[in-house]
Amino acid sequence: MADKEKANIPETDEGTIVFNVPFPDDLSGLKKMTPIIIKQPYQIDYIHSYGQDSPFFAGLANKKILGTKCTRCGYSYATPKLHCMECGSECDWIELPQQGRVHTWTTCYFGSEEFLKETPFNLILVEFEGIDTLLLSRLVGVSQDEISIGMKVSAKFKRNSKFKPTDVYFVSSPDKEEKA
Amino acid sequence: MRPVYMISGGVSKFTKARHDKTFQGMVKEAFDYTLKDLDLEFGKAFEIIDGSVASYFSDHFQRQLMSGIMVQDYLGLCPKPSHRVEGGGATGGLCFQEAWKSIASGNMDVCIAYGFETMSHVNTWKGNEFIALASDVSFDYPVGGFYTGYYAMMVIRHMYEFGTTVEQMAKVSVKNHTNAFYNPYAQKKIRPTVEDVRKAPMVAYPLTRLDICVMSDGAAAVMLASEEGVRKIKKATKKKLNLVKVTGIGRGTDAMRMADRPRKNVILLPHESADDYKNLKYPGIHSFRAGRVASKLAYEKAGILNPGKELDFVELHDAYSSSEIQTYEDMGLCKYGEGGKFVEEGYPFMPGIDYGLTLPKQGKIPVNPSGGLLACGHPVGATGLMQAVFALWQLQGTIKKHFGNNTLQLKDPKRGAIHSHAGTGTYVTVSILEKEK
Repeated sequence: MADKEKANIPETDEGTIVFNVPFPDDLSGLKKMTPIIIKQPYQIDYIHSYGQDSPFFAGLANKKILGTKCTRCGYSYATPKLHCMECGSECDWIELPQQGRVHTWTTCYFGSEEFLKETPFNLILVEFEGIDTLLLSRLVGVSQDEISIGMKVSAKFKRNSKFKPTDVYFVSSPDKEEKA
Repeated sequence: MRPVYMISGGVSKFTKARHDKTFQGMVKEAFDYTLKDLDLEFGKAFEIIDGSVASYFSDHFQRQLMSGIMVQDYLGLCPKPSHRVEGGGATGGLCFQEAWKSIASGNMDVCIAYGFETMSHVNTWKGNEFIALASDVSFDYPVGGFYTGYYAMMVIRHMYEFGTTVEQMAKVSVKNHTNAFYNPYAQKKIRPTVEDVRKAPMVAYPLTRLDICVMSDGAAAVMLASEEGVRKIKKATKKKLNLVKVTGIGRGTDAMRMADRPRKNVILLPHESADDYKNLKYPGIHSFRAGRVASKLAYEKAGILNPGKELDFVELHDAYSSSEIQTYEDMGLCKYGEGGKFVEEGYPFMPGIDYGLTLPKQGKIPVNPSGGLLACGHPVGATGLMQAVFALWQLQGTIKKHFGNNTLQLKDPKRGAIHSHAGTGTYVTVSILEKEK
């Protein structure tokens, strides 16, 4: 027969340690107990494939903004879709202009935990001449009161590509002719 | 399709954190209330209930998959049929309609729809991150994933297209918070002014903290039945039932990425004409095409030709004060572009409540008499079912019984609509409820 004394799980120091948990003498008192709340960490690295959208990110690494265009109906996408939402046909890659206009915008003063440290930041949807859909991006270098719908913006690229849509961002690009 | 009736419902008190209960315990509260309101004891209920549908949005909040079955067993409903429904913010509305389908199809005679969310298990900004994962994680989330930011961009365009103002949005917030002041289930108990709303901390311009609903812990349950189910419940309870009939359901969808939304012609309701919208590119990002399609389908089934005149009240998904204004238009309570004026003139306010505002058309068609998401809270999976329960009580004329006061009871309402909406208008459901004569 196994030695009962030796059959035990060793005690460790990690995780939640409470050295004295209050407990009533009478079990009927347990329903009045306040809840035990512990911290549970959770961290994971995903192996995220961009799949058929991958060339978009290769484009950013080469300072190009790529969109797609339907081979059948000609509908064009500023955020790539490899199949057309309008007619279901396959799309081809096209290069988009690096200037566009603000279709809409906001300035975020709070955000998701991951982006809190970057607040305040500006989000814009960019419209490109002749392209049917828009592109979500950041507008950098201007404050809330300087942004308006229709303002001209031009693309800038991160030198060290992170293979994220934030490898491209936009800055204000004042229309010199209009100003003159 | 067979006729479907709403029989009973229950809601847990929505609150910032329910550390005293697990999600199962919270749903149990709502479920027990549903039975208690019928004086139906559990043994008899178990004999009558054919199955259930579970509603909860995120597996991340609890780091628990298959929460639905854990509720099913806690309620003592195993081994009856059940399944989980998920569709972002519209999860509750979808759940309600799945239960409706179970009855309408003849698959079940009595079905329970239950839903919950426990959002207190992470801090608010982590919660915002989880919610933002309901946007394209390749193209949208990494740019600064934040739902308030997305809705802010949508309303900035609405303001540009139609001249909607931040004061008009603030009036929605004033209305819903003031209504919720009389709703004991509501999370928030404040009576802000337009000035308070505008002076609250800016979250994403132009939306302040009081233009936005809050994270919440809560649960809700609804019992639906066929005519045969109604007969069984009557027999078991020996009571006359205060029935509400579900006379129409509708759903619509739109592209996940706002950037992909088309700019075409308005999808018209019967009381509108193409001339109303000559130069409007639709839906763009200023309107919710899914909300329009859901409304259109539900109205067709219920035989509604002019919703603004034929609905007595609406409980709609006001996750943002801005999206309530946009939704007035999608639902055809007013024309596209008139949402701001609609609230300013007082149409969606409750009659007989002093909001401290001048409202010439006050109470024409009350929207969110319960206080909506802005003030009740938005425990996602419970929200659409909460709306169903509050609409049921409104039509039954039992608000006083359930709220302990009569302030929010409309006078003899006959027909109402509930509207549930997921992330930037991706999934939207509309269901029409009518008091059974």
